[in-house]
Amino acid sequence: MKGADEAMAAEADTTGTGKATGPAVRETGSLLVPGRKPLRAGAVSGVWRPRAVVVPLLAALALFAAVVVGTGRGESPISVVEVLRVLFGGGDSGQRLIVMEFRLPRAVVGALVGSALALAGAIIQGIARNPLASPDVLGITYGAGVGAVSVIVLGGEYGSVSGPLAEIGVPTASVAGGLLTAAVVYVLGVRRGLSGFRVLLVGVGMQAILSSVISWLLIKASIVDAGRAVVWMTGSLNGTNWDNAQAVGLALALLLPAALILSFPFGALNFDDDTARGLGVRMNSARAALLLTAVLLTATACAAAGPITFVALVCPQIAVRLLRTGTPPLLTSALIGGAVTVWADVLGRTAFGRVELPVGILTAALGAPYLLYLLIRSGKAQRS
Amino acid sequence: MTDTMGKAGAGADPAAADASTTAPTSSDGRRVRLRAEGLTLAYGDHAVVHDLDLDIPDGSVTAVIGPNGCGKSTLLRAFGRLMKPAGGRVLLDGRPVHTMPTRQVAALVGLLPQSPVAPEGLTVADLVARGRHPHQSWYSRWSARDEDAVAQALRSTGTYELAERTIDELSGGQRQRAWIAMTLAQETELMLLDEPTNHLDLAHQLDVLDLVRTLHLETGRTVLLVLHELSLAARYADRLVAMKDGRIVAQGTPSEVLTEDLLREVFELRARVRHDEETGVPLVIPLGRDHSAGDRR
Repeated sequence: MKGADEAMAAEADTTGTGKATGPAVRETGSLLVPGRKPLRAGAVSGVWRPRAVVVPLLAALALFAAVVVGTGRGESPISVVEVLRVLFGGGDSGQRLIVMEFRLPRAVVGALVGSALALAGAIIQGIARNPLASPDVLGITYGAGVGAVSVIVLGGEYGSVSGPLAEIGVPTASVAGGLLTAAVVYVLGVRRGLSGFRVLLVGVGMQAILSSVISWLLIKASIVDAGRAVVWMTGSLNGTNWDNAQAVGLALALLLPAALILSFPFGALNFDDDTARGLGVRMNSARAALLLTAVLLTATACAAAGPITFVALVCPQIAVRLLRTGTPPLLTSALIGGAVTVWADVLGRTAFGRVELPVGILTAALGAPYLLYLLIRSGKAQRS
Repeated sequence: MTDTMGKAGAGADPAAADASTTAPTSSDGRRVRLRAEGLTLAYGDHAVVHDLDLDIPDGSVTAVIGPNGCGKSTLLRAFGRLMKPAGGRVLLDGRPVHTMPTRQVAALVGLLPQSPVAPEGLTVADLVARGRHPHQSWYSRWSARDEDAVAQALRSTGTYELAERTIDELSGGQRQRAWIAMTLAQETELMLLDEPTNHLDLAHQLDVLDLVRTLHLETGRTVLLVLHELSLAARYADRLVAMKDGRIVAQGTPSEVLTEDLLREVFELRARVRHDEETGVPLVIPLGRDHSAGDRR
């Protein structure tokens, strides 16, 4: 068919009916489409974008730096060089204990949780085509919160959620809460796609309902449980351990590749519904699979460190601006999410003297102004 | 899931060739690519198109005309498999379009909605490249074939020089051409364009329609488009379909369809229709509204 087209095109040219639209001429090494340099190996192909390599590398570097600096800070400071020495197998036994058992788990959980949240945010913003959409704004984080707080409050007496119930109960309940909330938001909010304000309004409504459920649970709870629950609710990396890291790490190891494969229709999905379907995207199944991935990521991250807000909202937007792709890039968002979370934790622990702020407060303080900025800007876009 | 999607995309072309041999033919002997059979389309309980029959022959440029709300865009959406019929069916090369896999339809029929929306900050090249989606899979995202198709689409729409600009930097006419380029990159034999000249000044309307005609002449594509400007529809389409209240009132060549009586009936318009010797198509000179027909809209 292609050959015939070209023959016809050539003919049309000679008869003067067409513009200069001869078949594209391939010269060796020349670029046929500006800005889209091919990268091919066998059947695998993609576009070479220097930014898509440089930005993730820089983000990974920032993440690593955050982990190293964060591990060094604390009651007994350890220099960056010594932290690095311990990480690569050296250092004395005292330093090894502090780094490997006390501080590194916290930094690693921070990195994993931040990555998972930002990845979930990138997925949701991608399918919703809306920079305002994120697991926090849609209420999914709060749904996970209700699940987790229920277990903390109802599961044990005087904070004695211990043993198997704490290990299995909190993550399972928060995943269940997150899924349930996502399902409700999806059913109520998706009339003409996820892009409208409708879905955001439903999300805000869900937030209100779920946070009052949480308040009710806290009133019912004993003072000790309530205390634990409140700390959990602000999003804190305090007291996290290698078990948390393992859980979130496993979720990320499974869901990141899944998201990368499932995100194939992302580019087409980012148009309006009609255009996307015209390009052969099966809207409902593509959206549902991606949304499920995002909910699982959010809930697992929340189970480990509580709802650290705004990471999922802001990081994909930082990534999309740095990469200039028009669609939130998944891997870069995840790396930036990890870096932002760990740096926020380092800042929260060290920047305010003896007062130690939970990481969730820092990310909220940084993220809320950005949310306002987005709201104001989208208001302007609506009017113009 | 992605695996089967890949297969559907790869297998689309031969499957289409098979079907075309059994496709019905129209009265003038041309192969029918798209056919509506007793098609009824509704949004909820509100029927917009009633029991409609229409054939789109191979290699034709068909313009659907009619007043606002007559169901022409809805008809186009049904042809593009964007909505399920409430009654009847749509046949693509003789096969019911709603039983075909989405990606297979997308490899055969390209569709440009009335007001398509792209994410902010997307470059023209990236926009056009997304038209390749039905031909790609998760591991093959920029094959040599993709590159050729996109380069060709950019060249033939005159957007090659704009390739690295972002969509929001473009003028209305440039943007419209970029969107058409995206539909072209899809390399479908059928194109459905919903008011491609919307919001454009006359010169840019002509640019877009010249482009459609060139594509048609060069590659023999079958084009179905919705147009508001009657004289332009007559000038650029070889077949006109006039619709009113979800039904077809007249169809045929521009001279057959564009008559003073029809304009009164369909548009409630008093108009003079003159035959232009130079172009050989009718010209519509509107005189005013004809309220005697009753303003039903």
